[in-house]
Amino acid sequence: MSKDAKEALKLQADVLVIGGGPAGAWAAITAAGQGASVILVDKGYCGTSGATAPSGTAIWYVKPEQQARENAMMSRMDMGGNLAERPWMQRVLDQTYHSMHQIRDWGYPFPTDETGGPNYISVQGPEYMRLMRKRVQKAGVRILDHSPALELLSDSHGVAGAAGINEQTRQPWRIDAAAVVIATGGCAFLSKALGTNVLTGDGYLMAGEAGAEFSGMEFSTAYAIVPYFSPVTKTALYQFATFYYEDGRVIDGAGSRRGRSIIAKTLLKEPVYACLDKADKALQVSMRKAQPNFFLSFDRLKIDPFTEKFPITLRFEGTVRGTGGINIVDETCATKVPGLFAAGDAATRELICGGFTGGGSHNAAWAMSSGYWAGEGAARFALKQGENRFNRNARGLSGLSGVPVQAEGSRSRINTEEVVRLVQDEVFPYDRNWFRSEEGLTASLGRLNQLWLEIKQGIRTAEGSRVGVREVAAMTATARWMYESGLARRETRGMHVRTDFPERDAAQHYRLISGGLDQVWVKPITATDNGNIEEALQA
Amino acid sequence: MIEVLSADRCISCNQCVKICPTNVFQEVENGIPVIARQSDCQTCFMCELYCPVDALYVLPNADGIEQVQESAVIENKLLGSYRERVGWGKGRKSTASDDESYIVFRRARGSN
Repeated sequence: MSKDAKEALKLQADVLVIGGGPAGAWAAITAAGQGASVILVDKGYCGTSGATAPSGTAIWYVKPEQQARENAMMSRMDMGGNLAERPWMQRVLDQTYHSMHQIRDWGYPFPTDETGGPNYISVQGPEYMRLMRKRVQKAGVRILDHSPALELLSDSHGVAGAAGINEQTRQPWRIDAAAVVIATGGCAFLSKALGTNVLTGDGYLMAGEAGAEFSGMEFSTAYAIVPYFSPVTKTALYQFATFYYEDGRVIDGAGSRRGRSIIAKTLLKEPVYACLDKADKALQVSMRKAQPNFFLSFDRLKIDPFTEKFPITLRFEGTVRGTGGINIVDETCATKVPGLFAAGDAATRELICGGFTGGGSHNAAWAMSSGYWAGEGAARFALKQGENRFNRNARGLSGLSGVPVQAEGSRSRINTEEVVRLVQDEVFPYDRNWFRSEEGLTASLGRLNQLWLEIKQGIRTAEGSRVGVREVAAMTATARWMYESGLARRETRGMHVRTDFPERDAAQHYRLISGGLDQVWVKPITATDNGNIEEALQA
Repeated sequence: MIEVLSADRCISCNQCVKICPTNVFQEVENGIPVIARQSDCQTCFMCELYCPVDALYVLPNADGIEQVQESAVIENKLLGSYRERVGWGKGRKSTASDDESYIVFRRARGSN
């Protein structure tokens, strides 16, 4: 790698999509289909980046039959704290239905079930994302891989592009664009949950600097069951597991869904083991065909997970399988900032999940739906603007926020590795994040706010690490939005658990909007659509 | 983490450099790529799928480096084992069409 300062690559596009997972790919394809010129940048490689590519994922695909749709919408309504909104659920079910058939027409090899027709309930990530990359290219979209965006550009009219760097060539880039879609995923805080180490909340930080708001950041306590050594997060398969203490006794009440908190409480004291001993031979075969990479970990270490007990832990998945994210203000997935759109896990998923999601399924449906709408909305927004849309004198927003973009040399500054460790120390422990309390959250926020001030003084890069100053700043900012929101919700709802307020409180049946960088703020807004569900359930 | 890049098998196509989402590999002029940033590997196994000659091996241990020997990996027929299972590569058919998730989900819901 050359250390010489290179001249920036300068490009223009109607729509810039930041992030090349499913949401970004759908956004790019749809925007191009509207006649917009489109560039997609990915910090890794569009096709392998993100949580979807490495694994199999369920899809929230439901045939347009009234009863089936009704059941699908209501099945998780209570689990999500009644914060999901029916019109959004209906839109997503409709769009997902169409998008899945679109993928079939593009050549995705869906399995054939007993009906003799294709079954659309899941996709294999490597296959799906390889296909999506091909379609992005076929749509005429220019892809820049290994090209993280470092900051958004903006003028008085709104967002006008982004600037970043190619990590392999070290060449900076600047893209002037009439509209930007943020599809950078959630934030899993470098926990190595499968495929998530590119997901460090970069898009949240950029959106926050532009003045966008967040919603539901308190719903950020997702932890996945993994074999102790492994990155592979396939919590759903543990429905066929029994959980054991080290001495072989069964842990009462432990389970992959509602019983996960019992696993967490046990892990705080002692090791926990699992065995997939509830799966019969026929199911074992189906499980292998459904999740090839889940079994890689076991096969390579010569463990038979169906007969042998193996140690497990819970790996933090943050907002990737939480539901909070950038707040969207209309059906085009626009944010409150003109020209800025959000899709996929970067955006709030409360609209269809409320305060709980299991990963895959709803999130996958949301990615393809919100990606579609954001791409369409961004293209229309861009094409409405005149000839001068690329001559706007837009400036980088990090200058305004004071959050550094470049590393500093000074030895006295905190380094990226130290920031990562300090933030992880606040968000990983179950007794801080999963089981929250006013005392614990306030103490964490004190330390995180102090860290934020230190970051603004400048950060140096830890030797031998890829992780950049923007990524660690984004993680810190994300943790602060999470915990301020968690502090404001003085009840237990969805995945958000308060040990000091263990019950749901009907008076807090609202969404929490948050924002701000130096001064983080949180305010409630009424959940618009189903305001009376809570009361009806209580009656 | 990524543990083995087989010099015997590698054809310097640099596909791994191109597709690794966390930029672990480094292209080398007139040579085969190297594992330059092993600790950045997120253990996602994608490089194994994209390597056309099965020269890469990722150990499922996400948190530590274990100094795996190439000879042991070859002996255990592990090189290329994931790509074979996914059905990628010349003359193979993607096993996405064998996906039985729908059966697993049905069983998980308790309706056989």
